[in-house]
Formats: sequence, C-alpha cells, structure tokens
Amino acid sequence: MSRLKKLFQEKKQNVLSVFYTAGFPKRDDTVSIARHLQAAGADIIEIGIPFSDPVADGPTIQASNKIALDNGMTVKLLLEQVKEIRKSVTMPVVLMGYLNPVLQYGFEKFCNDAAAAGVDGLILPDMPLDEFNEHRALTTSLGLDVIFLISPTTSPERIAVIDGLSSGFVYAVSSSSTTGAKKGFTSEQEEYFRKLKNAGLKNPFLIGFGISDHQTFSKASQFSSGAIVGSAFINLLKESNNFESDIAQFVRSLKA
Amino acid sequence: MKYTVNEKGFYGKFGGAYIPEMLYPNVEELRTNYLSIIYEPEFQLEFSKLLKDYVGRPTPLYLAHRLSEKYNTRIYLKREDLCHTGAHKINNTIGQILLAKRLGKNKIIAETGAGQHGVATATVCALMGMECTVYMGQLDIERQRPNVERMRILGAQVVPARSGNMTLKDATNEAMRHWINNPSDTHYIIGSVVGPHPYPDMVTRFQSVISEEIKAQLQQAEGNPYPDHVIACVGGGSNAAGAFYHFLEDEHVNLVGAEAAGKGVNSGESAATTALGKTGVLHGSKTLLMQTEDGQVVEPYSISAGLDYPGIGPLHAHLFDTQRVQFLSATDDEAMEAGIELSRTEGIIPAIESAHAIAVLNQLKPDPDDVVVINLSGRGDKDLETYIRWGKY
Repeated sequence: MSRLKKLFQEKKQNVLSVFYTAGFPKRDDTVSIARHLQAAGADIIEIGIPFSDPVADGPTIQASNKIALDNGMTVKLLLEQVKEIRKSVTMPVVLMGYLNPVLQYGFEKFCNDAAAAGVDGLILPDMPLDEFNEHRALTTSLGLDVIFLISPTTSPERIAVIDGLSSGFVYAVSSSSTTGAKKGFTSEQEEYFRKLKNAGLKNPFLIGFGISDHQTFSKASQFSSGAIVGSAFINLLKESNNFESDIAQFVRSLKA
Repeated sequence: MKYTVNEKGFYGKFGGAYIPEMLYPNVEELRTNYLSIIYEPEFQLEFSKLLKDYVGRPTPLYLAHRLSEKYNTRIYLKREDLCHTGAHKINNTIGQILLAKRLGKNKIIAETGAGQHGVATATVCALMGMECTVYMGQLDIERQRPNVERMRILGAQVVPARSGNMTLKDATNEAMRHWINNPSDTHYIIGSVVGPHPYPDMVTRFQSVISEEIKAQLQQAEGNPYPDHVIACVGGGSNAAGAFYHFLEDEHVNLVGAEAAGKGVNSGESAATTALGKTGVLHGSKTLLMQTEDGQVVEPYSISAGLDYPGIGPLHAHLFDTQRVQFLSATDDEAMEAGIELSRTEGIIPAIESAHAIAVLNQLKPDPDDVVVINLSGRGDKDLETYIRWGKY
C-alpha cells in the first residue's frame, strides 16, 4: 500500500500537507526543510518543481520559483535531494510542478526516477486528463499516486472523472484564484466544501489555496480530510533565521 | 484537411489545452461555442460589416513596381498596415469582442508586447463600451510609450507585468492569472495564434480574411488566385496564419515564415523559434519553444517587440514539422535595412515586424516570372523611436 493511502487510512481528519518550492531560499534547503517538517509533525510534504512561468501561482510562489532557478535548481538535482530526504523522512513526499520541465526530462524517465528516489505522488496541474491516460499504466505500475485538482467551477460530472483518475487524494482548490494567502472563507466557499464532502468521492480530498493559519486550516478540515498550506509557509521560510524552531512553531500554530 | 485542427485541438502533435483546472470551465465554454457562434449568419454579417466600415477592409493588394524591379520579380504587398489602428491585429479583436458579447461577458483582458494588440483591443472595447484591462511588461511600457498612451486615451487600464523579464511572455502570464481570478464575467482576448485550444484556431479563422482577400485580388489582378510565394513574419504567428490559411491546401504555393534572428540565430540573442526551439508546453499549448535543457523558458530577443516571443503558434509548429512552410530568418540589421529600403522604393515605412518579411527576399531569390505576396502586417509609426535609434538612414 502506498504511503499516501496508508496515511489516509490511519488519519481521517486534520491531515496537514505543506508545500514549498525546491531550492528555496537556498538551493540545498530542500532537504533540511523536509526533515524539520517531519520533526514538527506535518503529514505530507509537497515539493514544488520550480518553473520560469508559473501561471497558476500568485506573487509569493512566483518569487520563490525565480529565486530557486537563480540558485541553479533543476529537476535532476531535485530528484537527488529527494533521495537524500528519504534517508530520514518516512512521511509521504509529493512533487508538484508544471508539465514542461517534466516533459524535457522525459515523462517516463521522470516517473521512473521519481519512484526510485522515493516520491509517492505527483501533481501536474497543467497536464490534460487525456494525456495522463496515456501514462496511467506506467504510474500505476510504479506505485506513484497521481493527484488532480478540482475547483469551485468544476462540474459534478467532471469531478467524478477527476476523482476516478486520481489516487492518493484529490486536491480541492478553495476558490477560483491563483495561489496565495487569503483571510477566511466566504459562505459560498463553505457551501462548495460541503457539496464535496457529500459527493461521495472515492478519494479523500485536501483543500488548498488560501490556507494560511489555524482558523483557515481548522475550518477547511471540518469538511475534508485536511488542508494544504503553501504561500504562508514560503513567506515563513523567506523570513526565517532558524528553520528548526520556526517550522516547529508554524506547524504547531496551524494544528493548535 | 492536413493542416487544420483536429477535434481534440491538435495540429499533428502540437496544440491541445494544457491548462490548470481553474481555467478549464472558461476554455471549455469557448471551445464548445466558438464555431457555432462565429458561423451564425448574424455574427458573420456584423463581423464583415465592421471589417468593411470600421477597419477599412478589404485592404489593398498593391503591386510594388520599384521593389519588384529591384528584386527582378513581381511583388505584391498586402496592405494590412492600412487597417484602422495600423496593423492586422484588429481583425482578431473585432471577432473576439463580438464573440465575448454573445457569451455574455462584459469585461475584457488582453496581453500586449509592442502594444499593437493592446491598442486594437482597447479600440474595440471603446467601440463596444466594454471595460478593458491590458497587461504589458514593465520593460515594454518603457519602450513603447506612445502605444501605452493610446490605450489610456481609449479608456483602457494598462497594468504593468513586473515578473520575469517584464516583456510579452510575462504579460501573458499575468493575463492568464487575471482570468483564473475572474472566471465568470471576463473574456481574455489573446492576440496571437497561441494559447490553449480553441484560441489558435479561432484567431486563425478571424485573421484568415487576409488570404481570402489575397486570393480574390490576385484573381482580378493576375487572372490567377495562386501566387508562387506568400511571405509573412512570424512571432506568435497571427498575421502569417491569416496570410497562409486559404493557401494551406494549395501545395504548389510556397509559404514562407520570416522569423527574427535578432543579433544572429546563434548569438544567444534571437527569437528564431523554429531554429532554436524544442517541443514544449507554454501558455496552454504544446508547441516549439525556446527553452533550456531543464525545460525553463528562455527569454527571446529581437529589435522588434512584436516578434519577441519564445514560442510560435502550434499551427506553425506543425507547418514547420511537415515542411509545408519554409522558415527563414532575418537579423535586426537586415530587417532595419529592409524597412529603409521599402520606405525609399515605395514610400511605405513598415513596422519592423513586417520589415523581417521583406528582408528574407534576398534568401528566397524568387524567379523573374514569380508572383510574390508579402503580408505587410503593420505600419512603422510605432517604431519611429527604434528607426531613429538605429540611425543608419
């Protein structure tokens, strides 16, 4: 059983997935941040593959992508860092990124090398469902979970298709927006979460985009298996002089 | 039809819709409706009436005597530079704004590089009374001041894109982000034959009026609708797509795309995508793309802001791949010299983009009895600063 499936079997609520950009703020921070997140009690780590043109991201993650690339971050280097992470980190590791760097690496080679390095899941938000179907046999045979996004404007029929293709979990984007910290949820958003909760998805789902503090995390977790924090964590890394204590404090304050 | 888009939005192996889920409903709404809307008789009537009365179509097909003499061949110029707002871009913005109205959208966003598409969008928004926001790279805002002010005079809000290198690619990123954040009331008017399906096909269809007119005008002038060569410059490729479209299946017509070689194809400062690009995904489609080995998009360079784009439309990638279109390139200097040459031989100052199409005549070497059509996509008024800075005239 995959690490993700095992996690969701054991933990039905308040799953905390933390996103950060590989190679940010320093190129080799990817590894130590993962270790600190495990020590702090996060449940999943999502590592972003930096890209020059991150169209679905707000200013915070855009800036982290640029810094990571300026630091010399590459896909190849990231897979080496994951190997290093796996020496001490036992929690699920998911890679998230735009399709182009993966295509240049070679989709099949990427899947093979990611699985070998100890990656559990992939999120490729601009990969069309049709295209994934061509690779599905490969990812299944490698035991890689592939996670797709749904948004408030995704139709119920399409949600069913996406849920059918996803494994591990489904990534529910909280609003029609790019990534970034926001304050609280509107009643429409809560209504959308409630509908998803009652939709009878085969996969657990996590809510992401706009989760930044204890209040938004616990609100999202009322409707779902948990939530994903990204931009707020990137902001913390940007400011931090002491990852160990700041990350511990950050995770504690979210879960509170 | 070898060269038209298939039902999944692909031209051969290029095209498709590589978009995050947040954009899917918008793009899907367009995809399912665009053909039925644009082929409604009422739409066609309104579109062609505006092209005639407002844009000034048909644009002339002018036999350039002195230029022909110089190259010892028969050269016709398709005068898109005489369109209202000074370039072919308005053919597409008229089409898309009529489409946006029928989709019930009341806000328009656009990206722009040199500002020609931004001006063409601001113009049709003023015409239709729609709110208009144009994203433009901060660097381009500084380089293209007059077009920025034209957009503002027309009532558009010009928003600087400050990410990346602050040029067209980054303006496109910002426009896509705006669309993700405003999915229900906003239509995104993409200015070239790029972006997720159905944009490349839709923009091509709106621009195809160019080759439709060329065929009819050549029939009248030469007693034969088929030229031997059609030349057009290619950045994203909208004017070329329009100039080639009705000749694609006529394989005896040689189609020529002129790319910007900047300071030389291998100088590291170029925008010659077919020479330097590899298959990749940017702005929603799979196409030829200038990129690093690690899949990071490379910033292109050309003296012409309108050709300064790291990809080309997926249709052109397919036309390159199948060798239906011959791609040549011209350097900054070659294009500038061709611009001066056209000014001196025919009294027409071309846009620097269009000057690239003239500059490749030297490489093409047409026969004396050949008929050559050059799509003169825009006029040079916007480029006066660049001509002055270049200075060799």
